[in-house]
Amino acid sequence: MNILGKRYLFFLFSFLLIIPGLVIIALDGLPLSIDFKSGSLVEIGFTLDKAPQTSDILAIYNQNNVVDAQVQTSVDNQIFLTVIKSSSLTQEQYNSIIGGLKSGYDPNLVERRFDTVGPSISKSVTSRAMMAVGIASIAVIIYITFAFRGIAHAFRYGVCAIIAMMHDILIVISIGAIGSKFFGWQMDSLYLTALLTVIGFSTQDKIVVFDRIRENEPILRKVPFEKLVNHSIIQSLQRSINTQLMTVEFLLLALALFGGDTLREMCVILLIGLLSGTYSSIFIAAPILVVWENKEWKTWFRKAKTVQV
Amino acid sequence: MRNKLLRILLILAILMVVVIIDFPVLKDLKTNIFKRDVSPVLGLDLRGGLQVVLQAPKGYNIDQETLQVAATILENRSNALGVSEVVFQVAGDNYIVGEFPGLENISEVIGVIKQTGMLEFVDVGDALLAPGSKITTDYQVGIKTAPESITPTPAPLNVGQPEVASPETSPVTVFHTVITGADLETVVVTPPKNPGDGYAVAFTLKSDAKGVFGAFTKANIGKMLAIVLDKEIVSTPVIRQAIETGEGAISGQGDNAYTYEEANNLRITLFYGKLPVALEIAESRVVGPTLGQASLQKSLFAAAIGFAIVSLFMLIYYRAPGFVAIISILLFGLITFALYLLIPVTLTLPGIAGFLLSVGSALDANILQFERIKEELRKRRTLFQAVDLGWSRAWPSIRDSNLATIITSSILFWFGSAFGATIVKGFALTLALGVGVSLFTALFVTRTLLNLGVKFFEKLDKKRWFGI
Repeated sequence: MNILGKRYLFFLFSFLLIIPGLVIIALDGLPLSIDFKSGSLVEIGFTLDKAPQTSDILAIYNQNNVVDAQVQTSVDNQIFLTVIKSSSLTQEQYNSIIGGLKSGYDPNLVERRFDTVGPSISKSVTSRAMMAVGIASIAVIIYITFAFRGIAHAFRYGVCAIIAMMHDILIVISIGAIGSKFFGWQMDSLYLTALLTVIGFSTQDKIVVFDRIRENEPILRKVPFEKLVNHSIIQSLQRSINTQLMTVEFLLLALALFGGDTLREMCVILLIGLLSGTYSSIFIAAPILVVWENKEWKTWFRKAKTVQV
Repeated sequence: MRNKLLRILLILAILMVVVIIDFPVLKDLKTNIFKRDVSPVLGLDLRGGLQVVLQAPKGYNIDQETLQVAATILENRSNALGVSEVVFQVAGDNYIVGEFPGLENISEVIGVIKQTGMLEFVDVGDALLAPGSKITTDYQVGIKTAPESITPTPAPLNVGQPEVASPETSPVTVFHTVITGADLETVVVTPPKNPGDGYAVAFTLKSDAKGVFGAFTKANIGKMLAIVLDKEIVSTPVIRQAIETGEGAISGQGDNAYTYEEANNLRITLFYGKLPVALEIAESRVVGPTLGQASLQKSLFAAAIGFAIVSLFMLIYYRAPGFVAIISILLFGLITFALYLLIPVTLTLPGIAGFLLSVGSALDANILQFERIKEELRKRRTLFQAVDLGWSRAWPSIRDSNLATIITSSILFWFGSAFGATIVKGFALTLALGVGVSLFTALFVTRTLLNLGVKFFEKLDKKRWFGI
């Protein structure tokens, strides 16, 4: 099986997945949820026996084109209190919601608060998380360089692992953007968690594949590097398939199918992100090693010239 | 041989401990050992909690930015490890909404909020220390000074200079902490008794601190008692009389008489810890879950199905070693859950999903070993050799891949704490826990059980029992 021979096809495939998402983000911006931006906080007191169910409140919000409302309820001194957080409401939307609740449930409801509420994850968190990932990447490069010091060009393995990790991040961002365009997904705290999970496990996969190269290199010294890498990938393929497809993806699939609506989006993103992690260790990280070894960029432009001629 | 026996005994001992922690048995004993109820803390989405509105007292002007800073500080205090899922949100013009999963009592909330705003009443003798100067005390966070070290006439190890000390002078002077903020029961502002006097801040102490404080004040009338927050002097009132009832008041005199605002600031600092703005709890209520038990059951059901499918796959594909992996993974789950209970990690729906995911990745270490064992068996090695070689071949990749993840999560955790990104911090902690425990179970449990099984498996048909 010659995986590396088609390496530029795999690179192209990844680009085709990543570009549409980035285009959507460039046009529409990041689809942030109220976890990351300001929203509205509405507090209403109902008479105990006339209080609507949580699902009733959500339905009224939905009628007013607000789909991300979160309802908290509390009983206090014979008053049924509801606190509803959602994306920003206009005064008209608010009036219409209150009107709906008055006519449908409690004409004597008390409007206690209608305020803006700040994000639960402040703006700075995301940029700091990115900075942390950047520093972690450098640390991982250093660690891999150290762990692979026995073979030639150890530094390259660390860099390739991180390039492939960036690939995984871009795939997850792209999928999130595509999901927001077509299914109304939002980037919320669950999305951030899913992204961090993909980042956390991404290098794990790469190192397992690289480990085979590290093991084979002293044994297969005379074999060309490309063949050596290809051989190593195939050796670790069974493990990749079993760990990734058979265990992690099955667990996520079960959660996505039976775990209820709340988790579905997160599970789908994790499913794709972790799959990308395995994919990129075989089809991105290892091939880039070969590209680097052969210094293939020297021929990229030459090829382009011949095409022009 | 002895080594093997020791390993098995250790595994059994760990199993016993985590089973006791995980399941609702021996509750009294656990409460005694861990000083609290060891049962799962469910998040706002699954069980609800206490919602409080923190507001500045009337007449205080605050801007949004300061309010955001205060919210971040509060979140860090109440969520030191990033896993308690406490949320603070700035709302409206002048308030912060805080939500505490699993709590029902307002006093618990106050305890949580001021937890790390370390308030101390410090014996500074005659030393006149300017507010804002930093001092060293003999009270270390988490370690209370032993009661016997508190004598009626506590002498500071080294009395500070009698002039106003600037932050850089006498850094070695260690002052004695008499009582801490944890000993305060109530704090209120009292109006001036005589016209011309200032406002005062009256406090009462919890009963166990009364004696200590009484003895100290009796012996030190006329001296200073510094109120110190996070090792920084807030004010240094003079002790006017012995306070043996556990009720006292802090007041300024003459030029230093407190205005209402100053007194109120001090009261809020004493009660809530120091914040960039004065905030106090204006409202509180117990709120129900946003999702509820139904979605918890749903996801647990899904987890059970997922685990069943994965177990089945491991059994069919790896046969005997697959069975070992299932035992190893069960132990992984029990240990991780026990750690979640002990820290404690607040369980939210996505948290449970993350836990399940860590189970999947913990299997990786097992799969890596088994694939190598299979390879060696195909080379016609004996089972004993194959298990041994399989381990030593798989180990470098298990070690390096997991260490890389641990490096990533440590940096995320460190960054999360340095910059108050609690969500990142909490994620990093649970990730590191999962990876750490999975390393342990792969290194210890899977390997030991496989070695143990070699004798038994040797007689079996390798084709059938190892899936080659």
